[in-house]
Parts: sequence; C-alpha cells; structure tokens
Amino acid sequence: MATVDLKDVKKVYPSGVEAVRGVSIAIPDKELCVLVGPSGCGKSTLLRMIAGLETISSGTVAIDGKIVNSIGPTERDIAMVFQNYALYPHMKVYDNMAYGLRNRGTPKDEIDSRVRSTAKVLELTALLDRRPRELSGGQRQRVAMGRAIVRNPKVFLFDEPLSNLDAKLRGQMRVEIKNLQRSLGVTSVYVTHDQLEAMTLADILVVMNAGLVEQTGAPLDIYEKPASTFVASFIGAPPMNLLPLLQGPAGPALTDGKAVDFAPANAATLGFRPEDADVTFGADAPSGALVLPALVEAVEPVGSESFLHCAAGGNRIVVRVAGRATAKPGDQLRVVARTEKLHWFDNAGKRVD
Amino acid sequence: MDDFLNSEGITLSPRVVFPNKTLPYLLVAPQLAITLIFFYWPTGQALYQSMLREDPFGLKSKFVGLANFRKVLADPAYLNSIKVTLVFSLATAIVAMGMALLLAVMAEKVVRGKGLYRTLLIWPYAVAPAIAGMLWLFLFNPSIGSLAYALRGLGIAWDPLLNGNHAMILLVSAAAWKQISYNFLFFVAGLQAVPKTLIEAAAIDGAGETKRFWTIVFPLLAPTTFFLLVVNTVYALFDTFGIVHAVTGGGPGKTTETLVYKVYNDGFVNLILGDSAAQSVILMIIVISLTAIQFRYVERKVHYG
Repeated sequence: MATVDLKDVKKVYPSGVEAVRGVSIAIPDKELCVLVGPSGCGKSTLLRMIAGLETISSGTVAIDGKIVNSIGPTERDIAMVFQNYALYPHMKVYDNMAYGLRNRGTPKDEIDSRVRSTAKVLELTALLDRRPRELSGGQRQRVAMGRAIVRNPKVFLFDEPLSNLDAKLRGQMRVEIKNLQRSLGVTSVYVTHDQLEAMTLADILVVMNAGLVEQTGAPLDIYEKPASTFVASFIGAPPMNLLPLLQGPAGPALTDGKAVDFAPANAATLGFRPEDADVTFGADAPSGALVLPALVEAVEPVGSESFLHCAAGGNRIVVRVAGRATAKPGDQLRVVARTEKLHWFDNAGKRVD
Repeated sequence: MDDFLNSEGITLSPRVVFPNKTLPYLLVAPQLAITLIFFYWPTGQALYQSMLREDPFGLKSKFVGLANFRKVLADPAYLNSIKVTLVFSLATAIVAMGMALLLAVMAEKVVRGKGLYRTLLIWPYAVAPAIAGMLWLFLFNPSIGSLAYALRGLGIAWDPLLNGNHAMILLVSAAAWKQISYNFLFFVAGLQAVPKTLIEAAAIDGAGETKRFWTIVFPLLAPTTFFLLVVNTVYALFDTFGIVHAVTGGGPGKTTETLVYKVYNDGFVNLILGDSAAQSVILMIIVISLTAIQFRYVERKVHYG
C-alpha cells in the first residue's frame, strides 16, 4: 500500500537525447495510473525509472513518501510485468513465482502457501510443474502476473503487458487485471500505447507526448475535455475530427471561407467527435449548427455502428452512425455537428473554452 | 517416384530428388574419399596393428589376438598414464572454462573499449600449441624463467624439472591458457544471448548480482557450457600433445605422460608398435564412450531456451 510521487522527473541519455523532459505525477494509494502515448514519448523510460532500471537524471521519484532515487530495483519493493513476460525459461512455473520470495528469505512453507493460493486465483494450479516454453501466450501472461502478485509488493508496474496477446485475450486480460488490481488494492502504474486499454483501465490517465505530460485526469474527463489537439487526436477511436480554422474578416472561418460565428475569437482548430455529429441527405439544416457538405469515401460497418469516412472541403472527417449505414461511398451528404459538443483549440493547439 | 503432387504439379516432398542416379554419389565422393583415406583407413590399420606383434627389427610380425591389450592394461605405467590424463584433462577443462567465464563476465561489464578487450583476449588462440608450451616453459624455467624467479622470491621451491606436481601445474597452465581465448569467445556470445529483461526481472525479484549470475545467467549459459565441456575435454585429451612434448616430454619420471603422449612414446620412440596400436584403440573407445555419455546424460540437464 503506497503512493507514488514523481516530481519534475527528467531523463537525459549520455548521447544528449532527452527521453523524459520534466514529468510530475502524483498517484494516490490503491489507484491505477495509466501512462499512454505514442511510441517514443518516454512512457516506458518513465516506468523503468520508477522501477529503478534506469537512473533518474533529475527530479525525484518517491514511493510511499520515501525518495527512492538512489535505491536499486531490488530494494524498492515493486513488482513488474514485462511486455515479453521475462519468465525464467529454465524454471518451472512454481519456481518462477517462488523466486522473488526465496530471494527475500521467506520461510519455505509460507512460500508454498502463497504460491499455491496465487496460482489458484489465476487458475494456474494445473500448470505449476510446467516450464514457460510449454505455455501459451495467455498462460505466460498469467504467470508473469502471478510472479508479481505473489510477492505482495508496494507497487505494480506494467510495461505493455497485453501487447503480445491476440485481441480477444487482450480484452479478457484487461478486465482481469482491473479486477485483480482493485481487489488487491495495490497502487499500479501501467504503460500502454493502446488508448482503449488506457481508457478502460485507468483511475488516473496520463497522456504523454515527446517526453512531457499533455494531460492528466480521469479517463472520461480527458475524453470529454481534451486539453490539446494531441490528446484529442490520441484518445478516442476513431479519433476526434479536427478542422483548421482561418482568421476571416468576421472572425474564425472554415477553410472554404464560411464563417463560424459561434467560435471563440482565438480558435484556430475546431474539433468534434465522430459520435457528436449526424448526417442528413436533405438540403435543410438546423440553424446555428455546424453544417459541412461531405462526400462519403468509405463506409466501415462494425455491427452495432458504422463509421462514414468523408471528405469535407479538403478535410477528412469520420462520422459515427448507429446500426447499418444507409449511405454508400460516392454519396453526397451533410454532416451536422452538435454545437454544444464542439471543441476549440488555439494556435498552440491548447484547448479554448 | 510416388511423391505427393498438388494441383500445380509441384512436389510437396521436402527432399531434393536428382534425376540422375549417379550424380549424387559423384557429388559426395570427394568427401567420402577424404573420410575413408584419412579416418577409416588409419583406424583400420590401428585395429589391425593392435593384434600384431613385431620382432625388434620389424622384419616379420605375428598375429597375437588380444595379447597386446592384456599386456597394456596390466602395465602399471599405462594405468599411471590414465590417472595423469584424468587429472590433466579435468584440471585443464576446469581452469580454461572457469577463467574464460570470469573474463567474459568482466568484459561484459566494461563500458569503454569493449571491443579492444575482446580482441586482445582472443589473441592467444592464434598461438600454436608447441609455441604456447615453449613460452610457458621459458617463463617458468627454474634457471632462466622470470616467473620462476618471482616464485622463488615468494619462497616456493619451484622446480618443474624434478617435481611432478610442479610439472603438471605448468602443463595445465600452458594448456588452459591457450584454450581460454576460445572459451571466452563462446561465453561472450552466450552472455549476450541472455535476454536483458530476465536480468532486470531478477533484480526486481530481489536477487543481488551474484545471485542473479548463479540462478539466472549461469543456467541459461548451460548449452554453451556443455558445448565447451565437450570441446575442452577433447582438446585436453588430444590437442595438447604439442604442449606436453615441448614442456615436459612426459617427465619428470612419467608424471605428465598423458595417454596420447604415451601412444607416441611407445610407438615412435620405443617402436613397440603393437602396444602403441592397442593403446590408440583403447583411446578411441574412451573418446567414443565419453562423447556418448556427455551427449546422453549431460545434455538432458541442459535447457535450451
């Protein structure tokens, strides 16, 4: 049970590359914090610094209120699940799980009872005598989880643990990890590049880009109020539609010259989510709404919903329609975005309210 | 030919089939010829000779069956030679592999000039056995050797010319020194093949550096270690003839006369061809069984991947 506090953490490699450029995050006890961002944004480096596998160039990392900058991974009392699981190939599942406890001098019978009870929770009991190479990807993933859980550490660290699994298993494991983390009540840091994983798992979501935090908050808050165009385009699938605005004589206008009179004066980009717009074939449109004439280029039916990929005045936009789409590629239609659901961003890409 | 054909008429058999019956035999003929002339013929000769006894002048020989073997195996000098070989081979393999592993682990830790260290550590392998032997012989020569002088300075009565143990130590040092480079090369490659995340996982699991090495790295090096064990044993048994010949010539007494050296000594120096041939046959059996045992039992405890 512990908090994790990062204060202005930086990582500069000897080559001069700045992987992390000053990150501050406070993770309360028992919460799951997800670091999400594109590859190369520094999220894995940050996780490895919390683990003690990378040195911290400046700033502090504190676990349970104690600064751990100079403490090695061995003494930090953390457990980590690696992307490739990093199971010891020469040890049986049982020994893989018992290894950490043995190193810490836990009595033999306690090791046995803890390994067995953890194995039971993860449904690994039948596999305890197998070696990692005799296991499927999903089973290996469970063993890696078991190895972390059995030690009952202060903090769990997950480094893209699900990215080697197939989509179906990933969905299952996502729910399982969430449930386990909640029932064990262990503070966790989870790194992923998958925004769906990030949204569904996080208590606190941290969106990173180029070594900096773009936005921190509850997943739905971030979804509803992205702080920048980067967050807007990264969180949500398909991503938010972003349309550049020009500064016309009567305030901001679309690229085709049509004024958007309800836009804030300093707006440089307009955004709306695919589900916050409707399509209409008729010529009449509600006044005050944002109406974009568009040409359907592709239709993606997902089953419960369909996504229309359209070209609208040099911009590509995606609109979600419920159920089966009536529009076909080549159709000319109008996209009507709900005014109250529009997002505005300034020249620097920051949100304007 | 009744290979399976798919719809395109392409054979699904993984084997390449030659349309010509004699071509494949012609292609393997050179290799077969080399094997037959340089391996099977001498082997046959040794087997044949081991059952003959020649008169002192080499004028006529007599078939004596297994008498040569009986004589050799009852000879205390031969039994002594087995013991010497055992000590020498084990010591050489252990020293050569142990030192190489130590150096490889150290070289892995070096950050700057890794390549230079590795290159320098590989050089001794290029030195011929007899030359390596001579180097060590001079270094440790009781009257002119600089290192022998240092040893005497430390109060050790160093004298490999009279003391059998000293001679053995000298021989093992020379033989192992030459083999360290080879082992080093393989251990470095083996260490590089150990995934870094495993080491990190072990560190997070609370294992200190020494513990990580013995519980994770060393077991994962097992395939390399096993391979080197076979290579080093064979090296110590056979390829060290040059070193023995240059350094001690089997002496003092017969304290460093290995089996291979004794085959040479009895056959080419003392010209007791029957005994010598019988000894080579025994040696052959030893090596075949040793290799079989190693592959059968040691490999079973080796985990690949």
